[in-house]
Amino acid sequence: MDSIFLQILNGLDKGGAYALIALGLTLVFGTLGVVNFAHGAIFMLGSFCAVTTQNLLTYSKKVKDESITYFEAFKEVPYLEIWWGDTGSFIIDYKVPFSILLAIPVMLLIGLAMERGLIRHFYNRPHADQILVTFGLAIVIQEIVKSIYGANPIPVQAPAIVAGSASIGSWIGLGESVVYPWWRLIYLANALVVISAVFSFLKFTTYGMVVRAGMQDRETVGLLGIDIQRRFTVVFGMASVVVGIAGVMYTPILSPDYHMGMDFLVLSFVVVVVGGMGSLEGAVVAGFMLGILQSFAAMNEIKSIFPGIDQIIVYLVAVIILLTRPRGLMGRKGVMED
Amino acid sequence: MDTISRKGELRMMALFAVIVLLMPIWLIPFGAAYPDLLQKFAIFGIFAVGFNILFGLTGYLSFGHAVFLGVGSYAAVWSFKLFTMNVIPAVIFGVLFSGIFAAVIGFVSLRRSGIYFSILTLAFAQMSYNLAYSVLTPITNGETGLQLRLHDLRMIDGLFIEAGEGLPLTNLFGIKMSGYPGFYFCAVLLILAFYLALRITNSPFGMALKAIKSNQLRMGYTGFNTRPYLMSAFMISGMYAGLAGALLAVTDPLAGAERMQWTASGEVVLMTILGGVGTLFGPLLGAGLIKYFENIFSSYNDALLQETFSFLPDMLNNLVVGIISPFVGDGWHLTLGGLFMVIIIFLPGGIVGGITMLWRRYIKKRGASAELEGETS
Repeated sequence: MDSIFLQILNGLDKGGAYALIALGLTLVFGTLGVVNFAHGAIFMLGSFCAVTTQNLLTYSKKVKDESITYFEAFKEVPYLEIWWGDTGSFIIDYKVPFSILLAIPVMLLIGLAMERGLIRHFYNRPHADQILVTFGLAIVIQEIVKSIYGANPIPVQAPAIVAGSASIGSWIGLGESVVYPWWRLIYLANALVVISAVFSFLKFTTYGMVVRAGMQDRETVGLLGIDIQRRFTVVFGMASVVVGIAGVMYTPILSPDYHMGMDFLVLSFVVVVVGGMGSLEGAVVAGFMLGILQSFAAMNEIKSIFPGIDQIIVYLVAVIILLTRPRGLMGRKGVMED
Repeated sequence: MDTISRKGELRMMALFAVIVLLMPIWLIPFGAAYPDLLQKFAIFGIFAVGFNILFGLTGYLSFGHAVFLGVGSYAAVWSFKLFTMNVIPAVIFGVLFSGIFAAVIGFVSLRRSGIYFSILTLAFAQMSYNLAYSVLTPITNGETGLQLRLHDLRMIDGLFIEAGEGLPLTNLFGIKMSGYPGFYFCAVLLILAFYLALRITNSPFGMALKAIKSNQLRMGYTGFNTRPYLMSAFMISGMYAGLAGALLAVTDPLAGAERMQWTASGEVVLMTILGGVGTLFGPLLGAGLIKYFENIFSSYNDALLQETFSFLPDMLNNLVVGIISPFVGDGWHLTLGGLFMVIIIFLPGGIVGGITMLWRRYIKKRGASAELEGETS
């Protein structure tokens, strides 16, 4: 019972990440009809926003270490602590939440620049060309990041107050032994908040309504005198922000390195395909579903029956879905069904 | 479509064979005439030519072709371990097993087309890669990679040859398959593979594949069952990849799972696109260029750059080196990615496509001016 509960949590947590990335991918595909292989690279850029914030905030000055008296010792003290004392260290401690503030405008700009500068020239080209050019872009982005930040993973800590584990078992009466890392719970909550924000934007605002109308029938919306292209560009920027936030919040869980995007890209494509190309709800549902499936497959009881199942379960599900129901779980009929 | 006559084909093949076999000589001025690199040219040439049979002719973009490369390597190394160090059985096993894999993966993946096909092949590639790393460790030796051991079985060799000291080398009936002999072995296979690809392209079968690319739906309407054609194309190109994989093992008897990673599949896509999709020479050119630049560019470092541009005044020298250095050495992938994007954006036909375009334009201009002269006179 305990382990099942924990696996569900694990799955939800993993699923949160998958759902966020896949949501961004689907937003782009559903609106612009572009298959974006550079999406993983945007996720990676998001995490490096957190790294950059950390580097900026902890920009340090060498000062004499007074506690050591035997010889001349120096230690690095961040300028923020020198200037603001405790407030400074507080800000440094909360660097990951703060880096979201940096990530939002940066990711928006990157998204807009990418759409205006490159993707827009590929609307009328075949999907293969879109895949290839964004694949090339992904390589370029990750190599640039590599040349700036190096090839090694850069650890970024979560705030100290949530560094430990939550004794989640005692909350719901499963015993003290059931604990779960705080930050992962926060990640799940964050995923839910971002997902509901995106959905309410699309459902409850006029802007979102027009975007949804454009996803259904782009031409008619255009005939009504609405510049749908501009709105789609904004949606591309929004998708970058969503996946960027996913990246920022993921840094305490997985130290970012330059090729993390490529690792997530394949998975997120699988999620999108399982959920149904162009279906936002599908992406979210499939993200959580595959996350839970994956963590259950990683249980020892199941691994002893099907060895190696945890490595391939996600892809296996994708293959089965594609063969039996090509439009995915929640895809609309007739959209990309060939 | 301009088809070449049988005689023209043979002439082309003879020229091609001469060019390939003389590579150790005419590549000297480029600093690329050493056996390791030449072997890579030939091997990845085979890989790209095979990939082009699928992607270039039918338009099906597979993102999982590296699986067949990996399978070919594993099969070849197992043949070395179990039977004999002779390379002929290794190559045969490599091609055979990758063919079987291609049949299975193709049977499933080819039910879908377009982007779904790409994603299906990608999913299969990731599955194979993950399995090779984890559960299949007894077969693949996991992260270490499959290597030869002193106490391998080598059943057939054991009957004829006394086991010598140290690890035995791969050989072709006694000729060691490293250095130039290894290159010539690969080169001969490349020529054969290229001839086969040429024959396929110009055959009715190749015509059918091209028709699938231009409009599969209409093919279906005329009562033409495209599945067997796609299936054969997929298997043939998978077997080419297996051959390339086996040759990789022949020249260096070691097989690792990273050969199957999807970025490795991406590399062959890059080669094909860079050279020119659907052209005969394009993929070869692309494979050669990428492997060449990989070797040359990645060997450059700042010191070497300083030396290269030492004829410039100091300040200019530093500037030039500062600009170039992120693109060479470790950063050569950046060059590759950038170059690739430029090709896709401005020259979808690749290098060969670009040259053909220029040539046509030239011919047209000359034709037009000749016409003009004819009119005035």
